[in-house]
Amino acid sequence: MRRIISVLLENEPGALSRVVGLFSQRNYNIETLTVAPTEDETLSRLTVTTTGPDRVIEQITKQLNKLVEVVKLVDLTEGPHIERELMLIKLKATGSQRAEIKRTVDIFRGQIVDVTSSVYTVQLAGPSDKLDGFVQAIGASGVLEVVRSGISGIARGEKVLSL
Amino acid sequence: MELLSGADMLIRSLQDQGIEYIYGYPGGAALHIYDALFRQDEVKHILVRHEQAAVHMADGYARATGMPGTVLVTSGPGATNTITGIATAFMDSIPMVVLCGQVASTLIGEDAFQETDMMGVSRPVVKHNLSVRHPSEIPEIIRKAYYIASTGRPGPVVVDIPKDMTAPNERFEYAYPKKVKLRSYNPAIRGHAGQIKKAVDMMLAARRPVIYAGGGVILGKASGQLTELVRKLGYPITNTLMGIGCYPASDKQHLGWLGMHGTYEANMAMHHSDLILAVGARFDDRVTNATEKFCPGARIIHIDIDPASISKTIDADVPIVGPVDAVLKEMLALVKESKEKPDAEAIASWWKQIDEWRAFHGMRYETSPDVIKPQEVVEMLHRLTNGDAFVTSDVGQHQMFAAQYYKFDKPNRWINSGGLGTMGFGLPAAMGIKLTHPDDEVLCITGEGSIQMNIQELSTCNQYKLPVKIINLNNQALGMVKQWQDMNYESRHSHSYMESLPDFIKLAEAYGHVGIRIDKKEDLEPKLKEALAMKDRLVFVDIQVDRFEHVYPMQVARGCMKDMWLSKTERV
Ligand SMILES: Cc1ncc(C[n+]2csc(CCOP(=O)(O)OP(=O)(O)O)c2C)c(N)n1
Ligand SMILES: [Mg+2]
Repeated sequence: MRRIISVLLENEPGALSRVVGLFSQRNYNIETLTVAPTEDETLSRLTVTTTGPDRVIEQITKQLNKLVEVVKLVDLTEGPHIERELMLIKLKATGSQRAEIKRTVDIFRGQIVDVTSSVYTVQLAGPSDKLDGFVQAIGASGVLEVVRSGISGIARGEKVLSL
Repeated sequence: MELLSGADMLIRSLQDQGIEYIYGYPGGAALHIYDALFRQDEVKHILVRHEQAAVHMADGYARATGMPGTVLVTSGPGATNTITGIATAFMDSIPMVVLCGQVASTLIGEDAFQETDMMGVSRPVVKHNLSVRHPSEIPEIIRKAYYIASTGRPGPVVVDIPKDMTAPNERFEYAYPKKVKLRSYNPAIRGHAGQIKKAVDMMLAARRPVIYAGGGVILGKASGQLTELVRKLGYPITNTLMGIGCYPASDKQHLGWLGMHGTYEANMAMHHSDLILAVGARFDDRVTNATEKFCPGARIIHIDIDPASISKTIDADVPIVGPVDAVLKEMLALVKESKEKPDAEAIASWWKQIDEWRAFHGMRYETSPDVIKPQEVVEMLHRLTNGDAFVTSDVGQHQMFAAQYYKFDKPNRWINSGGLGTMGFGLPAAMGIKLTHPDDEVLCITGEGSIQMNIQELSTCNQYKLPVKIINLNNQALGMVKQWQDMNYESRHSHSYMESLPDFIKLAEAYGHVGIRIDKKEDLEPKLKEALAMKDRLVFVDIQVDRFEHVYPMQVARGCMKDMWLSKTERV
């Protein structure tokens, strides 16, 4: 099963490489990884999505916790949570395609954020499967370039991951 | 407050940390530090002949004393030469701090002369590494390094020190921090009381219990608590290669060590047990054999300071995260006050079964009228040193024979690279021990393959007068490799011969030591005695042993605990 692990990490040089190194060193799988400083600039928040049997997931969280620079972590998939991914996608948009694309973007609640005579650049945020759905709806032949941020997640309700 | 340069702060920090010896090798990036070292005499530096040996020396010292060892090297090749030593310490959770010079911070990233990304290179084999970004941080970084290295599950910590951080002309206020606090690092200080209670109830109800103890008992200085608990319960105990000495081997409750080359009775008892109390052990593949066939009837209680060691390869029914000494102490108190007692009848019949296994196959080997057997050399050494020596070893058949036939009654006496299996470990580790234990007998039981991996250290031994005794069980082969080739590759001995061996006697003499060759069985005892009698000389004893011997018992690959070869022809 896919898991989303959210980590509070000391915002120090080298800390990220320890996390990434751990995954390759122990043969764990990384599907997406996002990281940025938090409102407290001494901390970074890192979200990693991974898959594996329960035993491996348990090891991943334990091994991450063992890293000296990891302050706290939570497996968001253990409870109700919100996950979002941002996609910027460049689409071929000429002639009648333009209206068609505009409609699809609206259906998916995206925004066209840049326009040329032959290209639309669309921004879309949401759960990853919604982003997949959009790409599918457009069809491979219309897609020029895709950038996805990887998943960011947060627990629902009162629960917070903080110091 | 005092004003000191970065280099002086570094050395002062070592003094304030109580470091007596450091082992190292100088070079450009470390020269400011070496100059600071020169201008004081509290911290003594031992100059090795290869940086790997400096790390093994620090490691030997740490294993024998439980205190962190310290290494100082230069950047680039000096730093990379330490990697095997650091990995060795990492695999066996040995506390140490490795101080590495680095090119000036202004040059980092420019492929400067002797620049290596030591933070990156060492990252997978350290508990942590730290890099100095401003000279004023040095005292705090050093304090942190020792704190991290020696608390929780211990391990090596590397400190990367760019040359400009130690420049003599810039001075800063010096104060050595009394305490360190790291919000992201809080090792457990006691086990969960409820889990401990549950574990004790299970232990008292067990009918076929075994205690399985590992290196964590020695690292956690918990041999006393373990021994008391095991005696109180009257249960059988086995330990891993790393746990040797955590419980007296001469005691009748001790089954010897378990796993790939463990005793018949230890492996049988494990396989047939209904309850395993694992203490500071990590269910390593050299212990469990095929994990899916591991001890089918056993429930498992697992005590470890490192949560990641629990349920990593074998699921624990009752996990207890905490320092082994504290947890065992609580267990003992509960056992003492409990109204429940072990089931005397069940335990007696369990012992009867174990004694039958013991009688069927205790540790034994075939002797020969003329060929010297490696096992008998070890047994004789045990007798001649009253079982009280520090014994270091390398890797191979000689290591297994040493561990099997030298019966250790005390912890911290059996010193070997169990996790990484590093040939070349034995001699420098012995040196590190001898330096701080001058009145104790320190033996390095090695093989002609392994000893040559750090043989240059004979020169260091001459410089610092380190009279260790090197016992070279010379079978003229990379014996353990050859054994595997005999068993799995129809005796195709691909590159397992040691052709053109040196004359070890002349070699020892060239380095200023004594060499003794033993090739006749009748010479074994008198010549070993002669060697041991030379208290203040390093003696290299080159013993020609049986070239065809195999180590037994040996678990059958991918089998369960009890599937073993007991000799070249008997398989159970
Ligand atoms: C640095 C290193 N290289 C290779 C090995 C693989 N290896 C394990 S045992 C062994 C043979 C050791 O030979 P020797 O020291 O003569 O010991 P013996 O088995 O003959 O007693 C080898 C090559 C190792 N453990 N360490
Ligand atoms: Mg050999």
